Amino acid sequence: MARPLINVPAKIKRGQVFEIKTLISHIMETGFRYTTTGAQIPRDIVTAFSCSYNGEEIFRADLYPAISANPFLTFFTTATESGTLDFKWIGDKGFSETATAKIVVE
Amino acid sequence: MSKNEPGATRRAVLLGTLAGSVAVTIRLEPAQATPERMRTAIRNVVGEASIRKGRVELEVPPLVENGNTVALSVAVDSPMTATDYVKALHVFNEKNPQPNVISVHLGPRAGKAKISTRFRLADSQMVTAIAEMSDGTFWSASADVIVTLAACVEGI
Repeated sequence: MARPLINVPAKIKRGQVFEIKTLISHIMETGFRYTTTGAQIPRDIVTAFSCSYNGEEIFRADLYPAISANPFLTFFTTATESGTLDFKWIGDKGFSETATAKIVVE
Repeated sequence: MSKNEPGATRRAVLLGTLAGSVAVTIRLEPAQATPERMRTAIRNVVGEASIRKGRVELEVPPLVENGNTVALSVAVDSPMTATDYVKALHVFNEKNPQPNVISVHLGPRAGKAKISTRFRLADSQMVTAIAEMSDGTFWSASADVIVTLAACVEGI
């Protein structure tokens, strides 16, 4: 079970730019590795990540096998209104995970 | 030709061996992206537009002990207003099995064009970051990284 970790400030002033830190536990198997018997280990990665602020998409990323296990990603956004931040990860083998974070804008 | 038909001639055997060695070479090739493949990957994103050096700040450690997790940070000098902002950020590598690392899509709401993540490096190589601006221009920055323990292709 993939467990997402989100770090956003709980309270922030309107118009201020703040950092969002995300991390999700995932093996990110590249698909370029082989077992000792020579069998290829199939690719199993998170391929896409997106973040929306009160329903509007503010950030989107396409991930490739070059991203380390347990993808960690930080980015910035501007505080506009109080509400929720929705995070979504999509990957191989039907992987899908979501997380939400509440934010209070003063 | 008719006199060569029965049995395996020396020429046929030789050709067979040659074909075999060619097949082996081709099989090995996808294990590593080359600077050419990186250039192709960049062209796929950028198209015919010219890429200028500058405005992008790429932060990677110059010497890495373990290629499995390398801290990467990309920042772009941009006011991030509704009329002048960074549309996308792309990171490429030269020698991993695949040239792409990450593609990120931003908007004027980001406030600050900066991202950070952790990525893998299979060998000592050059990493390139490209920023696509809202006015259609492309800016880039590159950095060399020395890796002592490679990632991606090691067996288990």
